[in-house]
Amino acid sequence: MIPLTWYLALSAAVFCLGLYGVLGRRNAVAILMGIELMLNAVNINLVAFWRYLTPSLIAGQAFAIIIFAVAASEAAVGLALIISIYRSRSTVAAEDIDLMKW
Amino acid sequence: MQPELLTWLIPLPPLVAFGLIVLWASRSNRLSHTLAVGAMLVSWGLAMAVFAIALGRPHLGQDPIASSVAWLPTGATALRVGVLVDPLTAVTLFFVAWTCLAIFVYSIGYHNFCKPRDNQDRPGLPPHAGGIEPMYARFFAFISLFAFGMLTLVVSDNLLLLFIGWEIMGLCSYLLIGFWYGKESARKAMVKAFMTTRIGDVFMLLGLAALYSSTGTLNYREILYNEEVLTQLAQAASGVLGLSMAGLISLLLFLGTVGKSAQFPLHVWLPDAMEGPTPVSAMIHAATMVSAGVYLAVRFFPLLTAGWNEGSGLTLPMTIVAGVGAFTALFAATIAVAQNDVKRVLAYSTISQLGYMIAAVGIGAYVAAAFHLITHAFFKALLFLGSGSVIHGMEHGVHATHTHLDPQDMLQMGGLRRSMPVTFITFLIGGLALSGFPILTAGFWSKDEILAEAFGTGQWVVFGALGLAALLTAFYTMRQITLTFLGTPRTPAASHAHESVPTMTAPLVVLAAFAVGAGWVGIPDGFLGLHLPIPNWLHEFVGGTLLEHPEALPFHWVPLLTSVGVAGLGLLVGWWVYRKVPAGAADPLVAPLGPIHNLLRRKYYLDELYDALFVRPAYWLADRVSYRLIDRGLIDGFLHGVGRVALRVGAALRRWIDLPIVNGFGDFVGEGIKKTGRVFRLVQTGQVQGYLVVGLLFTGLLLSYFLLIRP
Repeated sequence: MIPLTWYLALSAAVFCLGLYGVLGRRNAVAILMGIELMLNAVNINLVAFWRYLTPSLIAGQAFAIIIFAVAASEAAVGLALIISIYRSRSTVAAEDIDLMKW
Repeated sequence: MQPELLTWLIPLPPLVAFGLIVLWASRSNRLSHTLAVGAMLVSWGLAMAVFAIALGRPHLGQDPIASSVAWLPTGATALRVGVLVDPLTAVTLFFVAWTCLAIFVYSIGYHNFCKPRDNQDRPGLPPHAGGIEPMYARFFAFISLFAFGMLTLVVSDNLLLLFIGWEIMGLCSYLLIGFWYGKESARKAMVKAFMTTRIGDVFMLLGLAALYSSTGTLNYREILYNEEVLTQLAQAASGVLGLSMAGLISLLLFLGTVGKSAQFPLHVWLPDAMEGPTPVSAMIHAATMVSAGVYLAVRFFPLLTAGWNEGSGLTLPMTIVAGVGAFTALFAATIAVAQNDVKRVLAYSTISQLGYMIAAVGIGAYVAAAFHLITHAFFKALLFLGSGSVIHGMEHGVHATHTHLDPQDMLQMGGLRRSMPVTFITFLIGGLALSGFPILTAGFWSKDEILAEAFGTGQWVVFGALGLAALLTAFYTMRQITLTFLGTPRTPAASHAHESVPTMTAPLVVLAAFAVGAGWVGIPDGFLGLHLPIPNWLHEFVGGTLLEHPEALPFHWVPLLTSVGVAGLGLLVGWWVYRKVPAGAADPLVAPLGPIHNLLRRKYYLDELYDALFVRPAYWLADRVSYRLIDRGLIDGFLHGVGRVALRVGAALRRWIDLPIVNGFGDFVGEGIKKTGRVFRLVQTGQVQGYLVVGLLFTGLLLSYFLLIRP
């Protein structure tokens, strides 16, 4: 059986990829994709810990499913926002969307 | 119904009419006068019913119609108000109800009801071309309120309620004298009347307070029909001029009478009050309100004469009252001789006749005073209404001929007997009654009784003054009749005069009947050997008001001959002097009397004297002392001083506390926050990813602290 550490390492790697996407990419759609990666890295963690530490309880799986739902909603809302911004400002570049500046 | 209840109800209908007219009916002239006259008719009916019941009651003096209720509780006791019909009230009620009703009806015609409204007429000015009075409803509202006041005064059983009615009438008098407030003379007259009567009223209020504090009641019966109280008051010393309490109180109350009944020296308001409409002059300033003053004097006769034995010399208060009355009677009669305004002659005549009654009260002739009060109310109301009719006719003539003359000036009249027959006949009857034309007229009997009393009690000065006044009265009355009605018209306006409408002449006829008939109730027993079925009914009846029935004087020839003689002589001379006054000529008396005539015409310069003595000093005092010294100097000065100090203190506070400390701190806080913000806003780049990098950095730092350094 594959040891738990491997899963954790995979999860950390996927999370770092997502984090890099969020912080490093200009395109807002790419940033959303990075967020999806980070969420799924968390899911890998959750499922791995459930399977190895408390397989008799269902809480790990339930959490994972809630996170799927949250991720799906977040992607939907995020994409809607991006489309709306694109319509008014004709750009999806994150550094151009700086209305919150002082 | 109970007679007490009927009496309570007598004053109320005019009050209701007043309220209804003021609140709802004032738009409709017809409704207004219907309400006013209707209410007066109801009051008149109630008054007549009560009068009839009072006549039918044996010993009305001891057993009057009386009822009262507690009104204002004052600690353990209460001020009570109530009604009382004793013989004096009954006869007063009789003449008040009749004259008021007659004058209400007369007012309809006088104010040109049924005539169209003239568009040139303005409210506050008399209609100048015979159009309806612009403030028709207002007039009827005011006279209704007046009638309420008068009837309240008459049926009242105590001095407090009397005073309330008295003041309501004073207010109505003020309002109605100034009814045509567009005229400056009317405005001045209303203020003069109000101020002058107020002087008397203040003293009267003092008398009322003194009476209440010394007896604890204001009820007539408890004071005036109570031997014990009267004796006690007569014996208590007041500490003023050696007068007894009774004397002091009656003199204070008498000052109220002096103001209200226009006695010297407070008579000056009454002639000026003729500025009001003529029905007002007739009702308020001849028949009822000025009579109320005499009514008060007659009512408080027992207090005035407390401690006086009939037959002995007069007490000091009585001497004062008799002196003021007799002097006023003569004094006003002399002024009336030289007046040319038809209403002013009557005004001075009223003052003179009221002086007669006051003199009668002063010499102890109780019944004679009450008798003259009644007859005078009828014939003087008649004369005033007649003069109003004459003025109306003259105004018509003036308007028809497009001339400009004073329609009240008797020298511009003449020959009106042909164009105004009803007015002439009734005015003649009234005038003869005023002069005391023997046997026929009411005025003769009452005046003769006063003269007989003055003669019988040995008051020669009073007798002489009143006799002379009677001579002058007959003279100026005949002068007035001759100038107005006899001879030929002296102006085109007079020849174009016409008779007044029936609503005006009908009251004249009714009052003329009383001017003749009202005297028959007081024919002395044994007069010319005459023995009536009820000898001297009035004396028996009214005398019952007093505790001790006054003795009727035995008949004597001297006063009778005097009164017949002076009346006849005055009438003859008056006719003879004025029978042929040509148009445009001056008064025939001007040449023989010379400066005296001028003195009389200017009313002894009393108005000028009062102006110099009281009015101007009052204005001066108001301007210099009250306004400039106290108001502008002291009060304003103080306020301005306080203001200036406050300004200085404020400026100092602002400079040393507000600006440096409060403002400084506020500014420091605000500026500091602003500066801090200017530094920190640089972090706020708007780049979400930048924020996230910072977040990641701090997360990394925290993590490394907890994972690497802490454990």
